[in-house]
Amino acid sequence: MAKVPVQFTLNGSEKAEFIESGTTLLNALRDKIGDTSPKGGCHQGTCGACSVIIDGELRLSCLTLAETCNGADIKTTAGLAEGGVLHPLQRAFLDAFATQCGFCTPGMIMAAKVLLDRTPNPSRDDVVEALSGNICRCTGYEPIIQAVLTAARANSQNAA
Amino acid sequence: MSLALQTFSTVKDANAALRAAGTRYLGGGTLVVRAANEGDVSVSSLVRVTDPGLSRIAVSSGKARLGASVTMAAIARHPELAALAPAARAIGGPAIRNMATVGGNLFAPAPYGDFAVALLALDATVVTEDGETPIEAFLAGRDTSRAIVTGVGFALPMAKSFRFLKVSRVKPKGVSVLSIAALLELAADDTVASARIALGCMADRPIRATAAEKALLGCTLTPREIAPALAAAPQGTAPITDPIASAWYRAEVLPVHLGRLLLS
Ligand SMILES: Cc1cc2nc3c(=O)[nH]c(=O)nc-3n(C[C@H](O)[C@H](O)[C@H](O)COP(=O)(O)OP(=O)(O)OC[C@H]3O[C@@H](n4cnc5c(N)ncnc54)[C@H](O)[C@@H]3O)c2cc1C
Ligand code: FES
Ligand code: FES
Repeated sequence: MAKVPVQFTLNGSEKAEFIESGTTLLNALRDKIGDTSPKGGCHQGTCGACSVIIDGELRLSCLTLAETCNGADIKTTAGLAEGGVLHPLQRAFLDAFATQCGFCTPGMIMAAKVLLDRTPNPSRDDVVEALSGNICRCTGYEPIIQAVLTAARANSQNAA
Repeated sequence: MSLALQTFSTVKDANAALRAAGTRYLGGGTLVVRAANEGDVSVSSLVRVTDPGLSRIAVSSGKARLGASVTMAAIARHPELAALAPAARAIGGPAIRNMATVGGNLFAPAPYGDFAVALLALDATVVTEDGETPIEAFLAGRDTSRAIVTGVGFALPMAKSFRFLKVSRVKPKGVSVLSIAALLELAADDTVASARIALGCMADRPIRATAAEKALLGCTLTPREIAPALAAAPQGTAPITDPIASAWYRAEVLPVHLGRLLLS
């Protein structure tokens, strides 16, 4: 199979790779580029564990072909911590015991991040809606919802 | 997986490439890439078009035109498409809505195709390079249609004349038990002057509830007067059976949900 070049920004740094045509972004990120923060749960669009942010929008990397991301700005959970300091969402997930096995966590955090970027003070319903494409088999969801609401409060206090 | 992606800047060139065996068009990829991930080897090559015109939404003098690559998220947030927002928002979760296109929804097999149900009730036209086709004829022939859909056009419904309901078991996101869209015009005396009702999951693709449409004419929207239309609603349907619901269940609950929609 012919290799094709892909080039995009991942968490602020330029990446360029040759990949096989038809490779999903999930496989390109994990197997080629070495960012294993997006998880492959179902490869069917149903679990949300592979969620990443492409040009500011939440997307499923398992259903996105890497070649369609040329020139895009891609963000994953691996890029959230700054200089060893966790992002407020990561901190809140830890504090609220919103991560158990952790498999859903990077996807949940990506979905929560696009929500908070647009809606800094979300209602509980906003949070439920924002996470509605992400499945968690461990926590029962409530700790996750609370973590997102806590992170939102922490953000607005910092801003005040 | 061995898939090759071909990218074209024009629909014309992409249509030519689509004639090759094993080649399919790539919209948002939520169904076609999913099928490839699942091991569907019938598709070996995908074709996409980067023409920005395919992502355009144009609304003027009561008419809307949506490019085939317009996503459900773009429809849901467009101020002039508020009537369609409930249908667009009913599809998948946020990430799916950012990817799922209008064009792909026209081809989505039941239990999917909720947006196409709305378009069927609105009597949309489906646009390809060869011209425009009424959506009902398009849906009937979609299995053999090879041409790239470039967009859909429809008259924007008047306020309150368009209603949409999706029934699912998982809230707020979930696959359809069924979906219903209705375009109703009421006369001055509040009786139904015209009705167009489309159903999802009541066949392998969206269909019209023509018997219920006829039975509604001249009725006021009261439980007593709509009863014959509700009783007629399952006529001509062939609901799907899937892990969400059986055909029997879907046929049983259709009148209940249609009644709720009409009385809402
Ligand atoms: C987790 C999940 C949840 C979902 N939930 C819903 C739901 O609630 N409701 C619903 O209706 N759907 C749902 N879907 C199905 C799907 O996301 C939508 O139907 C979507 O609109 C399909 O569009 P797409 O652009 O992703 O299609 P693609 O996967 O890109 O294409 C689907 C088919 O249509 C053809 N096609 C696409 N665009 C064109 C075009 N312009 N011209 C010619 N052929 C074309 C493709 O060749 C392919 O055969 C869901 C899917 C997933 C994975
Ligand atoms: S791996 Fe992409 S949604 Fe499950
Ligand atoms: S923490 Fe295990 S799946 Fe969510």
